[in-house]
Amino acid sequence: MTNAIETTGLVKHFGATRALDGVDLRIRLGSVYGLLGPNGAGKTTAIRILATLLEPTAGRATVLGHDVVREAAAVRSKVSLTGQFASVDEDLSGQENLVLVGRLLGLSWRDAKRRASELLEAFGLAEAAGRQVQTYSGGERRRIDIAASLVAIPEILFLDEPTTGLDPRSRSQVWDLVRRIAAEGTTVLLTTQYLDEADRLADRMAVIDHGRVIAEGTSRELKASVGSNALHLRLVDAGRRAEAQRLVTRVLGNGVLPAGEPAEVAARLENAAQAAAVLSALSERGIEVAQFSVGDPSLDEVFLALTGRPTETTHTEAKR
Amino acid sequence: MNAAHEVLALRARPRPASAPSAVLTLAWRALLKIKHVPFQLFDVTVTPIMFTLLFTFIFGGALAGTPRRYVQYLLPGVLVQTVLFITVYTGVGLNTDIHKGLYDRFRSLPMWQPAPLLGALAGDVFRYSVASALILIVGFILGFRPQGGATGVLLAVALVLTFSFALSWLWIIVGMLVRTPESVMTTSFVFLMPLTFASDIFVDLTTMPGWLQAVVGRNPVTYLASASRSLMHGQPAGRDVLWTLLASAVIVLAASPIAMRLYRKER
Repeated sequence: MTNAIETTGLVKHFGATRALDGVDLRIRLGSVYGLLGPNGAGKTTAIRILATLLEPTAGRATVLGHDVVREAAAVRSKVSLTGQFASVDEDLSGQENLVLVGRLLGLSWRDAKRRASELLEAFGLAEAAGRQVQTYSGGERRRIDIAASLVAIPEILFLDEPTTGLDPRSRSQVWDLVRRIAAEGTTVLLTTQYLDEADRLADRMAVIDHGRVIAEGTSRELKASVGSNALHLRLVDAGRRAEAQRLVTRVLGNGVLPAGEPAEVAARLENAAQAAAVLSALSERGIEVAQFSVGDPSLDEVFLALTGRPTETTHTEAKR
Repeated sequence: MNAAHEVLALRARPRPASAPSAVLTLAWRALLKIKHVPFQLFDVTVTPIMFTLLFTFIFGGALAGTPRRYVQYLLPGVLVQTVLFITVYTGVGLNTDIHKGLYDRFRSLPMWQPAPLLGALAGDVFRYSVASALILIVGFILGFRPQGGATGVLLAVALVLTFSFALSWLWIIVGMLVRTPESVMTTSFVFLMPLTFASDIFVDLTTMPGWLQAVVGRNPVTYLASASRSLMHGQPAGRDVLWTLLASAVIVLAASPIAMRLYRKER
């Protein structure tokens, strides 16, 4: 068996809402897989079905060969879920939470305590061990949530938006943890709205929008589907973007890529020489360029090209 | 890094905890919460003291001549009422845990599924016991002298705890059905108010109009209050005790399967 997770035509309705609308996934054993998409795309629903918290309306899902509906208990014995919200008791200390989970998983009091200290140490939470979780910082909170999922190392770890709301330093700490967990052989399925997160962590990813997988592959494959080279320009005057976009279209003979930020223009190139033509056309017209680069399209652009809409991240950046 | 290597290494998982061990562990969690948030005990300490004092002194003179005489009748009943009021917090606590996402963790663990509910109930029964003890202490100070002695008092308390445990299953259902802890509170009290006031907790059944006697006489809380009064005062209580136990059994048998189904159901 090389696939840790397989789903076929997975559908989930909540009343009239179709949270999942026929999702097929094949996730290889030992890989890190990303489910990528904006809020409400169906990522959390998918992960909750796979962790046996929800039953699908239609379709089938197996986790390590066990059907998630008929063999839910077998699935639960092999997976761990770190949900998007509190998955530990905020009134209890970090240490007590880990002992609690250890006891429920069948460890003796002594082993549960030893395991708790090991994890607290490894997650840089030794100092915070005795404090109530509600006093933890966002980053500490996330780490104790993840630690609680690793009291017994699962064969598959589900992480629902592991870094949403974290500061950059805490994010990179969580990324480091995910890499370490994956390096030890646990299959990781994570959901994220951050394209760079999927890009950094996931071996393969599925882009989900409105309950459907609209693209699947490695980060390289997804980028290639949009075009191998992309030109990124940042204008000095954001007010002249529309004019610049028209000019770029005329020079290149194809459409510009949708870009997130107001002063940004992005376009697909067939070869690097076209970049020079664009730049000289812009300078002839007196449109000043603050910055330019030629390279892989970003995953933001991939998402935009696939859905025609910017992602949540680009939204917020655009507002700033 | 070497240590971390060991910590995160994939290895065989232990065999999940047995059902009793899981329930005990989750009861331990409930007690830890009390240790960390002693304010949780506010409702099981202040309410009982307040109720006992208020009802004894406000109604005592009018209903029995003196508060001291009234407290002999009232105390077993006020114990029933106070503890039943506190049972609502079972639903409130559960609702909070569910909405915070903690129950997602519990439900995705390979353990006996009813354990989290039973563990929470076990912790609550501890709180009910604390409340009962306080009411008895206040009662003794006010001059309550149970003729049934320690055995009678303990049997009465055990009966109150049994019925409270049963009634808590109803609030578990409410706690899973409604959206906020506040509405758990309001919904539960809509049932609890008539249930406790339309009983013989405060006054003897025979002082009520005939039609009301018919209703109040069939209220399980009346059986419970009568039973605990008789037990504490050393009077025959067999019939009332049996009816109370029967009512408790019916509530548990009817409510726990519904509660479990809701628990397993998606949210």
